[in-house]
Order: sequence, then C-alpha cells, then structure tokens
Amino acid sequence: MLILTCPVCGVTGEETEFHGGGEAHLKRFGPGSGDTEFHGYLFTRENPKGVHFERWRHNNGCGKWFHAARCTMTLEIFGTYLAQTYEPPQHIKDAITAKRPGWKWREFS
Amino acid sequence: MSDNVSALDKASYEGFVKVEEAGLRGMITLRGDLGSVKIKNAATGVAGVDMPEQGHANSVEQSGLAWMSPDELLVMLPYGDVNAALAQITKHLKGQHYLAVDVSDARAVFRISGAGAREVIAKLCPVDMSQDAFKPGQFRRTRMAQVPAAFWMGEDEAVHIISFRSVAEYVFNLLKNAAAPGSEVGYLNP
Repeated sequence: MLILTCPVCGVTGEETEFHGGGEAHLKRFGPGSGDTEFHGYLFTRENPKGVHFERWRHNNGCGKWFHAARCTMTLEIFGTYLAQTYEPPQHIKDAITAKRPGWKWREFS
Repeated sequence: MSDNVSALDKASYEGFVKVEEAGLRGMITLRGDLGSVKIKNAATGVAGVDMPEQGHANSVEQSGLAWMSPDELLVMLPYGDVNAALAQITKHLKGQHYLAVDVSDARAVFRISGAGAREVIAKLCPVDMSQDAFKPGQFRRTRMAQVPAAFWMGEDEAVHIISFRSVAEYVFNLLKNAAAPGSEVGYLNP
C-alpha cells in the first residue's frame, strides 16, 4: 500500500484515493518529429527495480495531477512534488540520494 | 409549481449513531483564484461565514464555505437562496475570471450524529478519524467505499457528508450498514 501526500491540497492518503498516471517527465514528440523519436515517446518506458518517477492524480480529492518519486521494490515514497516542472526538484533528488546513493533514472541522478 | 424533494426525502436511520439525509441544500461551485480578494469577498458575502483555510470548512446552520481545492470553493446556503446568491456573485465578479454554477440538485447531504460518528466514517473512508488527526472544522474529500464523498465535522462532533445525488441511496445504505447496532468496534472511543 502506497501512502501519498498530495502536494496541491496537502492531504495524505492511501493509494485508493489516488490514481496512477504512468511515467513522469516524458517529453512529447508530436508532428514534425522523426519516427524513432515518436516511437520512443509512445512506447519506450522505464521499468526499474528501485527509484521511479510517476504521475499521480488525486482523483477522490482535489482532482489535481502531481508527481511522485518512489521505490518500486519497497513501495517507499521519497517525495511528491507539483507537476508543473520538467525535472524533479533538488529536495526530492536529495531525499532519494540519502536513501539510494548513486541512483540513476533516465537523465536524472 | 414543482415540488422539489431531496434524493431520499429526509430518510433517517437509528443505529448506534443517527443517520439522516439532510434534505435539500443549496450549493454553488465557485472556481477561480482563491487568493483573489474579490473572489473571497463574493464567497463570504453570500455564505455569511469566514473564508476557510486550506482543508477546512466553515459552516453555520445551512450556510457555509468548504475548501475543495486550491481553485475551488463550495458555497452552501439554504436551497431557496441559490438564484439570488448566483446573481449576487455574478454582479460582484463582473469582469473577473471565475466560474459559479448551481450544483444543488447534483448533490445529497447526510448528517450522522452520536458518539460513534467517527467510527462510522472510519469504517467507510481511508481517513484517519482519530481525535488527534481529524478535528472539527476540517474538511476532507475522499472516497466512501466505491464512490467519491466529502465530509466535515461540526463542533458538536456530528459529521456532515456530501455525495453525488445519483449515489445517495448507495451512500445511505453504506452508512446504515456501518451504523448497525452491535457492529461497534470501539477502537476510536476507548
């Protein structure tokens, strides 16, 4: 069971109050992009054992989207942060480094 | 003239707490920048209560304001006052970016009262209902078994619940079941 804190409304709830929205920090490649890039945007997903970044929606609460950094192995949540960003904020990265030194996920570490 | 009735027409049930459908309640969804003084004034002006802080609700009798999300307020007032209140909001917020809609007929309101009210909620919602965690005045949107619901607690420890009208009967049955005599757990009232 994941215990998530919504960074928008501040409510801490368990996962059935939220809904997972897949991988976070995807860069969209739309019209005008090459086949390889578009294929990557549509299909290539991380499937890590360990640190992972996901989008979540507080669908039985304030209804807002946010991002969460968590461990897929221990179900531990390192932190949640607002979705209006291109990369995880420094305090989230620091929190992960404190528990998983040397972590790497896509271009972030 | 049509005779408006609430979803369950004030049905009630007496278990180890009292479950009542509270009847018709006027509700206006007000969306906009809650930091804006104009929007705050419009909301407090029609509801007649102070602006609630994040995650809280202020209510007096039928009127009140509930903080739904950083850009949404629920304005509650007597059912018959909605049109006048909407006109007042429209006049007050002319030229502002906002949305105000009458949602009175889309909702059902329940009230549960009695010493075990916290326990009944705790059985149905994934919320910590201990006295230290959930205090009177706090407002929580969550899930009640399989449907979305929101509730807050008055100073008298009675819990007020809002659900969609379409699931009013489901919510009432859930509450009746959770309040059935003999099903007290007693964990929250040592």
